Amino acid sequence: MGAFIVRRLLNYVVLVFIATSLAYLGAATAFHPKDQYLAKNPPTPAAVMYQELNERNGNPEKPVFERYAKWVDGVAHGDFGKTWQLDSVKKHFSISVWVTVRLVTVAAVLSAILGVLIGSFQAVRQYKFSDHSITFASYLIFAMPVFVLAPFLKLIAVQVNKAVGGDKPLLQYQGEIDPNATGFFGQLFSRADHLLLPTISLSLGLIAFYSRYQRGTMLDVMGSDFLRTARAKGLRKGRAILKHGVRTAVIPVMTLVTYSTITTFAGAIITERVFGWNGLGSWFTDSTRHADVNSVAMITLFSAVLVLIAGMLSDVITAVLDPRVRL
Amino acid sequence: MSIPIIDSGQTPDVLGEGPAAPSVQGGRARLVWRRFRRNRLAMVGLVGLVLLFVFAFAGGHLTHWGPADNDFLNTQTGPSSDHFFGTDDAGHDMFAQTVSGMQKSLIIGLFVAALSTGTAGLLGTAAAYFGGWWDRAIVWLTDLFLVVPSLLMLIILSPYFQGSNWIILIPMIALFNWMITSRVVRGMTLTVREREFVRAARYMGVPSWTIIRRHILPNISSILIVDFTLNVGAAIITESFLSFLGFGIRTPDVSLGTVIDDGSNFASTDQWYLFVFPASFLVLLILCVNFMGDGLRDALDPNSTGGSAR
Repeated sequence: MGAFIVRRLLNYVVLVFIATSLAYLGAATAFHPKDQYLAKNPPTPAAVMYQELNERNGNPEKPVFERYAKWVDGVAHGDFGKTWQLDSVKKHFSISVWVTVRLVTVAAVLSAILGVLIGSFQAVRQYKFSDHSITFASYLIFAMPVFVLAPFLKLIAVQVNKAVGGDKPLLQYQGEIDPNATGFFGQLFSRADHLLLPTISLSLGLIAFYSRYQRGTMLDVMGSDFLRTARAKGLRKGRAILKHGVRTAVIPVMTLVTYSTITTFAGAIITERVFGWNGLGSWFTDSTRHADVNSVAMITLFSAVLVLIAGMLSDVITAVLDPRVRL
Repeated sequence: MSIPIIDSGQTPDVLGEGPAAPSVQGGRARLVWRRFRRNRLAMVGLVGLVLLFVFAFAGGHLTHWGPADNDFLNTQTGPSSDHFFGTDDAGHDMFAQTVSGMQKSLIIGLFVAALSTGTAGLLGTAAAYFGGWWDRAIVWLTDLFLVVPSLLMLIILSPYFQGSNWIILIPMIALFNWMITSRVVRGMTLTVREREFVRAARYMGVPSWTIIRRHILPNISSILIVDFTLNVGAAIITESFLSFLGFGIRTPDVSLGTVIDDGSNFASTDQWYLFVFPASFLVLLILCVNFMGDGLRDALDPNSTGGSAR
C-alpha cells in the first residue's frame, strides 16, 4: 500500500512539473515583454529596459531554455521571480490567494451542501412537479455560463436598488468591501453585502452540477435492500433516508465536489473580473496582458498542485466514507 | 417509458426475434429516431437548433447593417425598426453583430466538437485495443492534459493566435478538450475488445484498424455521438469565455463572446437590453444543444440512468 501511494504521488509530481514547465515555456515564447516596453510613450531608455527585463528574467536576447533553467533553479530555492511591476511574485501571490479564498470559500461550502440536499430531495420525489421544475432550472443554469450569469446578476441588482431607492444602494456589486464602512458589524455587513452576488454567480452552476449527480446516485440507492431494512427495523422515513440513503449516495459525488471546489479557485476569473475582486483570476489576466511570464507560471503551478491535491483528497474521502474501499 | 424492445440495440441480429421483428427492418437508426421523437425536450432542442442555424446564416438578410458597420448618427440607441436590438456606443448594430457572432460560434462549436471527439475516439480505442506501451503512453498523455489547467493554458497561448486568422482557435480549443471522452472511450473499448466477435475477427487475421473500424467503433458509437453533441455546446462556451476576456476572437471579427462582452458593459445601465439580447441567444443555443444531447443519450442507450451532468 505504501509503495502504491508513493508511486502515485511521484507520478503526480512529475505531471505537475511537466505541466508547469509547458506553461512557462508556452508563456515565455508567446509573450513579448520587450514589445510592451517599446510601445510605451514616452519610451523607456534602452539601458533601463534591458535592466528591467533582466530583473524579470525576460530578456529576449537570452535563449528560452536559459531563462527556463534560471527560473527552475529559482523555484527550487523558493524564489518565484518578479512581476511586471518588479514586485516579488511570492508577495503578490500571498495577497491575491487570500482574496480568492475569501471569495470562493462560502460559495464552495454552500454549493456542496445545497447541491447534495436538492439532489436527494429530487430523488425522493422523483417525477413529481418539484423534481421536474428543478431539473428544468438546472438545464437553464447549465446553459448560462458565468460570463452571462454574472452581468445578469449585476443587472438585477441595479434594478432592485432602483426599486428600493434610498441614498445608499442596497446590493453591492463592485469590490470586496466599502472603504467607508466603520465598526466591526458595519464592516462585516459590508463584506457580506459585497459577497452576496459573486457567491450566487459562483455557486448556482455548482449546485446544479452536484444536484444532478446526487439525484442519479440517490435514485440507485432508493430502491436498495438496506434502505428497506432500515425502514423495517423502525426508522422514520426521513431519518432512514438521511442516515442510510444520502450517506451512501454522497460518496461518488464527493469526488466531484473536491475536484470542482479546487478548480473553482483558478476558475473564478470571470466572477473576479465582473465584480471587481483582485484575486488570482484578475492577476492572471492582468499578467497575460502585461506579458508577465513569472506570474503566469506561478498561478499555473498553483492550480496544477491543486488538481494534484484534489486527486489525492478525493481518494482519501472515498476511503473514509466507503467501508468497501481498502487502500 | 415503454418497455424497450431491444435492450441495447447493439446486437439486433441476435435479439431481434419475437415481437420486435417487423420494426427491426428499418434498422437501428429508425429505432433510435423513434425513441428520440418520443422525447419532447429532445425534439424542442432539435427544432430550436435548426431554427437557430437558419437564423444565424440567413438572419443577416433581414437588416442592411453589417456587423462591422458603424451608424454614427444613432449610437447607444434602443431597439427600433432600423436597429432591431439597438446599437452600442460605437454605433454597431447589435442585431447584425449577434447574427454574425452566432455564425462564428456555431462554426467553431461544430468543428471543435468534430475534432476533439475524433481525437478522443482515435486515442481511446488505440490505447485500449493495442494495450502495452501504446496504452501506457496514451493514458499518461491524457493524465498530463488533465493536470494542465486548460483554460489558463488557452489564455497563455492566446498571443499566438491574436494576429492570425480566427480559424486557429478551432485546433487550439480542441487540443484541450479531448481527455475525458478519451478516458471513457478507452474504458468501453477494453470491454468490447474481449467480446467473442472481436476475438474471432482477430484470430481470422483481420487487420487491427479494420477491426477497430468495423467492430469496435460501431459498438461505442453512441457515446461518440452524444459526446459530439454536448461538445458543441462546451466548445461554444469555451470560445465565448476566451472572447469575453479579450483573448479569443478580436475585432473586426465578432463571436457571441465579443458581443456579450460588449453588451455586458451596459448590463448595469438603463440600456441593459444591449446585453440581454445577445446573451439570451447564447443561452438558447446551449439549451437546445444540451436538450438534444440528452435526448440522443436516452435514445441511443435507454439503459443509462441519470448520472449525466448536463
